[in-house]
Amino acid sequence: MSQKKVTLFQEFLKGIWKENPILVSLLGLCPTLAVTVSAENGLAMGLAATFVVVSSSVIVSILRKIISPQVRIASFIVIIATFVTIADRFLAAYYPDISTNLGPFIPLIIVNCMILGRQEAFASKNNIGRSFLDAFGVGIGFTVVLVLLGGVREILGSGTLFGVEVMWNNFHPWAVMILPPGAFLALGLMIGVSNWLNELGEKK
Amino acid sequence: MEEKSKTASEKPKKKDPREKLLKPNGKPLILKSSPHLLSNYSVEKIMRGVIFALLPTTILGVVFFGWRALLMILVGIISCVLTEVIFDLISGKKFKLTDGTSVLTGLLLVLTLPPSFPISGVILGSVVAIFIGKMIFGGLGYNIFNPALLGRAFLQASYPVKMTTWTLPKFVGADAVTGATPLGLFKFEHVLTNIKPLILGNVGGSIGETSAIAIILGGIFILIKKYADWRIPLSYIGTVFILGGIFWLIDPVQYPNPIFHVFAGGLMLGAFFMATDMVTSPITNKGSWIFGIGAGVVLITIRLFGGLPEGVMYSIIFMNGLVPLINRYTQPKVFGEVKK
Repeated sequence: MSQKKVTLFQEFLKGIWKENPILVSLLGLCPTLAVTVSAENGLAMGLAATFVVVSSSVIVSILRKIISPQVRIASFIVIIATFVTIADRFLAAYYPDISTNLGPFIPLIIVNCMILGRQEAFASKNNIGRSFLDAFGVGIGFTVVLVLLGGVREILGSGTLFGVEVMWNNFHPWAVMILPPGAFLALGLMIGVSNWLNELGEKK
Repeated sequence: MEEKSKTASEKPKKKDPREKLLKPNGKPLILKSSPHLLSNYSVEKIMRGVIFALLPTTILGVVFFGWRALLMILVGIISCVLTEVIFDLISGKKFKLTDGTSVLTGLLLVLTLPPSFPISGVILGSVVAIFIGKMIFGGLGYNIFNPALLGRAFLQASYPVKMTTWTLPKFVGADAVTGATPLGLFKFEHVLTNIKPLILGNVGGSIGETSAIAIILGGIFILIKKYADWRIPLSYIGTVFILGGIFWLIDPVQYPNPIFHVFAGGLMLGAFFMATDMVTSPITNKGSWIFGIGAGVVLITIRLFGGLPEGVMYSIIFMNGLVPLINRYTQPKVFGEVKK
């Protein structure tokens, strides 16, 4: 059992950089590309996904000895769907604007492979504490990337950040950045930069 | 231990009998794998030739649209070259500026922009063209899409209004400052421009696309010098002519005549200088025909049935994306190969 050697803190940290769901595993790209037209949307999406992944990881970890292997995926989906519904209704009740902005992508968290992947690869094999920390780290990593991506696209595409003007007066926003091609360009460049930083780190 | 190895390394300093064989005239003999025949072409030479062929177009563009056009061209070239230098510095590569590809990219990019385009936009387009269009893929020879067209596509998506605000040439009339291009006039107002101003270039449009005669002059030069494959412009323009002609015969009122199709818009510039880019066009002869015909079909589709008046850029970029596939399926047979 090599996993026992990993400290709890490392379990939390690995989701943020070393096994970042977007930059390294390339999981959950559908919401990543679709909703990050602004930093606010990215933050809301990231927090909703974090809530879902943490809660469902804990539940799956508690039930891991009861769920029979044949029906595990279906069981995970039911558990995830429960929390997604909670998140969806919560946003609709308290932040209706964000809820309309994110549209169908909140219900689509159910099939986000980042979350299902955590259940299958980690929560169903580890105890509650580790599952919680792992899911929390992954969720934070997901949120950070979404906010960064949304921020970059919002600054370049509309000249604002969290709705506040940040660019100089006669800056012409690059409309392409809030369109789908901008999402692919920005995400590709972000992954490139993260790989480049990793390489620099290895050389040292 | 160390002393022993030292003496061991000093020993072979005695004259090696093989030395004479390896250095026949005192100079080291260079052993190289094939090919041993050197072609008369080099990247530098071709790039210089293509830039030279673009001179008439550039000069006419400056004559028609004023000194601002020249400023835009200079800004475009300088920012393209600077982007490449900075990228090379960061990635620790050796400079390859002498090949002049960045200069050509900058020139081509600006030639496809409207004359009133903001200078900051020119810089943005150049940086995108070189950085995202070329360097990220690994530099010259590895890019999938024509860098200049990629830069233009980025600008088109970023500034849709500014990219379609056209200034008319000085000679058209003092009262008209901005106006539509011939293709735009036809698409949205159904006004057909005469052929003569289209050939001379005395119409609204991008800096380098208006004068067909200047582009044809440069185009013939690069075709004769074999800096470009003649099959691509021929099949591209030919397809547009034939397809445009068919639609014109079906309904002469609704669709423009094929001669207008050929001379209006950026087809000439695109066919001679963009589609023939050696990196992003097919390597086989059959592939070149497919490339040109495909681009022509896409262009006519966009012009006649799409929302945009002009589609040269998208047609070439679209076919650029198919080039690896075309190359794969048009590989000539090896001599003696038996059909299965």
